[in-house]
Amino acid sequence: MRHRVLVLVIILVVLAAAIWVVLPNNPGITVGENHRSFDTVLGLDLQGGMQVLLEADVPADQEVNAQSMQDARTILENRSNGLGVSEVVFQVAGNRRIVGEFPGLTDTEQVVAALKQTGQLEFVDFGDTFVNVGTVVKTSLGGSQVNPTAETPAATGTPTSETTIDIQNTVWNTIITGSDLKAVVVTTNNMNQPIISFELSPEGQKVFAEFTTNNVGKFIGIVLDKTVISSPSIDEPITEGKGAISGNFTIDSANALAVQLRYGSLPVALKVIETRIVGPTLGADSLQKSLLAGIVGLIIVILFMTLYYRLPGAVSILAILNYAVLTFALYKVIPVTLTLPGIAGLLLSTGGALDANILIIERLKEELRLGRNIQTALELAWKRAWPSIRDSNLATIITSIILFWFGSSFGASAVKGFALTLALGVAVSLINITFVTRTLLSFAFDIFKIENKAKWFGI
Amino acid sequence: MFNLLSKRYLYFAISLIIILPGLIVIAIWGLPLSIDFTGGSMLELKFTEAVAPAPSDIVLLYQGAGVVDAQVTTTSSGEYIIRSSFIDEDKRIELVNAMADKFGVEPTILSYDSVGPTIGQEVTNRAGLAIAVAAIAVILFITFSFRGIAHSFRYGVCAILAMLHDVLIVISVSAIGGHFFGWQIDSLFLTALLTVIGFSVQDKIVVFDRIRENSAIYRRLPFEVLVNHSIVQTLQRSINTQLMTSEFMLLAMALFGGVTLREFSLILLIGLLMGTYSSLFIAAPSLVIWENQEWKNWFKGKGKTVQV
Repeated sequence: MRHRVLVLVIILVVLAAAIWVVLPNNPGITVGENHRSFDTVLGLDLQGGMQVLLEADVPADQEVNAQSMQDARTILENRSNGLGVSEVVFQVAGNRRIVGEFPGLTDTEQVVAALKQTGQLEFVDFGDTFVNVGTVVKTSLGGSQVNPTAETPAATGTPTSETTIDIQNTVWNTIITGSDLKAVVVTTNNMNQPIISFELSPEGQKVFAEFTTNNVGKFIGIVLDKTVISSPSIDEPITEGKGAISGNFTIDSANALAVQLRYGSLPVALKVIETRIVGPTLGADSLQKSLLAGIVGLIIVILFMTLYYRLPGAVSILAILNYAVLTFALYKVIPVTLTLPGIAGLLLSTGGALDANILIIERLKEELRLGRNIQTALELAWKRAWPSIRDSNLATIITSIILFWFGSSFGASAVKGFALTLALGVAVSLINITFVTRTLLSFAFDIFKIENKAKWFGI
Repeated sequence: MFNLLSKRYLYFAISLIIILPGLIVIAIWGLPLSIDFTGGSMLELKFTEAVAPAPSDIVLLYQGAGVVDAQVTTTSSGEYIIRSSFIDEDKRIELVNAMADKFGVEPTILSYDSVGPTIGQEVTNRAGLAIAVAAIAVILFITFSFRGIAHSFRYGVCAILAMLHDVLIVISVSAIGGHFFGWQIDSLFLTALLTVIGFSVQDKIVVFDRIRENSAIYRRLPFEVLVNHSIVQTLQRSINTQLMTSEFMLLAMALFGGVTLREFSLILLIGLLMGTYSSLFIAAPSLVIWENQEWKNWFKGKGKTVQV
């Protein structure tokens, strides 16, 4: 390695930055008005969090279908994953309640407000009438499950004039619903305002094309939970099954709506009845003991590496410690919610990092036994060990990307947490072995002017 | 040099001796699924301000009453949320009385409900699907990165076969442990399984890499000799990596760690040990069996093996 001094300087700079991030009580970074704090986010199993009790918003004497509670649970889980709120656990309790648990002491109010929206989207035939945005309307779609007074914000504007009352009491005809949407994404229009672009299912496309062809110049109402969110006029027939919903959206509210549309509407309206702080599910005393045991194990690893592999063993322990600091800093910067599956992913990638070091040292010993000089042996060992390190780690990265993708699209948050920490750890490990282990070994061999191989390498 | 491969059918037999009883246990008694998968009861109670028993004491009390799977969460306002497998009215009264006896105060019951699973059926199915897709991707990846040597596809398939072997061993051991020692298949088990899968595949590729490298150097050697030579060369690394990455740490956690993670550490320990074992004794021998097409001789009396 020709530029090894330069590499060493870069390693030290990166390490210093990582140590700064890892330090407890890190103040975070403030750029202009954006403040970014680096907190360790621990999951429900390790730290506990907020528990929110949701109840079906139907009269007390009315039975709630068990299947619809199950469906509601699944939809809530998908929605919270879609909103990027990770590691939330939902559980049906009794006949009409759902317990939701959020990691950390985050402000759950906003998240829950977005989650519990029923999310029933309709495209309504308003004919020649223009209806104000925010008006609560009646539609031909069975509205029995949706309780407009409890679930939707009050209509804006003052509904005093006769025409408005008329609008509210008319039952408008629903053309298509949210379940006819195939793909939903948030984009921006040419005025840089967030809009929701959608694509219709073949069935919906047919119905919508026919309707828009016959009603050019008239109004169509886009209605969410019986509240009008947009009421455009039909300028030309929409036959391709693609369109966009514009309204008074912020990026956040557009995302929240897109998530609702993507994962379907809740079969039953929910209300929050209690919010409180809960402790870790794994038991703090138990975690403490396991942590201590883990540290004992780690010390044995360090001792073994140094006693068995001597100088290169000690050097690779330094490299592994560097790896640990970098990975942990990365978790704090992203930030990753650390749960037990996440820690398992971290441990596995640390195992991979150790393995990479062992592979190189074993090769190094083989080359030295063949009588090569030390720097040549190092270069050769690296060249020989690299394909196995590269391919084995790439396979792990491929596996974790697939697990992450499945985990996030199907709400398996344990799988997702594991895959994320594993992939990040392996990526850091690959960079670490390429630059840090190699450079440190190269320096160590020069500094210690090695003559006696038996003493320094245990050969 | 050791001839590790000559006893390959013995290794397969050993694995079967572990796997088959597990499968029989599963067939008869089913998998010991925990409340994470099945749901159960949720009891919420509160003691007076002065009395705050440790959650682990409540778990022990439940165990004394024959309910082995209680999970206790506390809230900031001093309430206890106890999730366990389903308990009926009588059991509940028995438990509350036992608590009153042990902690000196009758707890106030805030609520008592049956609860559904935290890991829905669809999540389990999809985790399975994700692993299947990942396995196919790994086969394709290995086929691609071993394209320089003959039959690279076989390396991918044998790696995944050996990985499935590890998964089967872990499931079997857990099923046996579940039936005889009350172990549970819970969300931690799912985590352990994912870790074993990741480790297993990674280890297979490292061992196969040596075969790949040696194939280019020793072109004349019979395949069986080449594979044997390769696994002997990687043996030291395999043992040390296994010691470093799992044995030391997990053994410490299984022996001295907290109760909640003990089973997890033990299952992980067995799984990771298998990850190393199966690279040498399942994956590599499978390659040789495939190369020799030994199945043609399986039913023709004694099969012959190449002498090394």
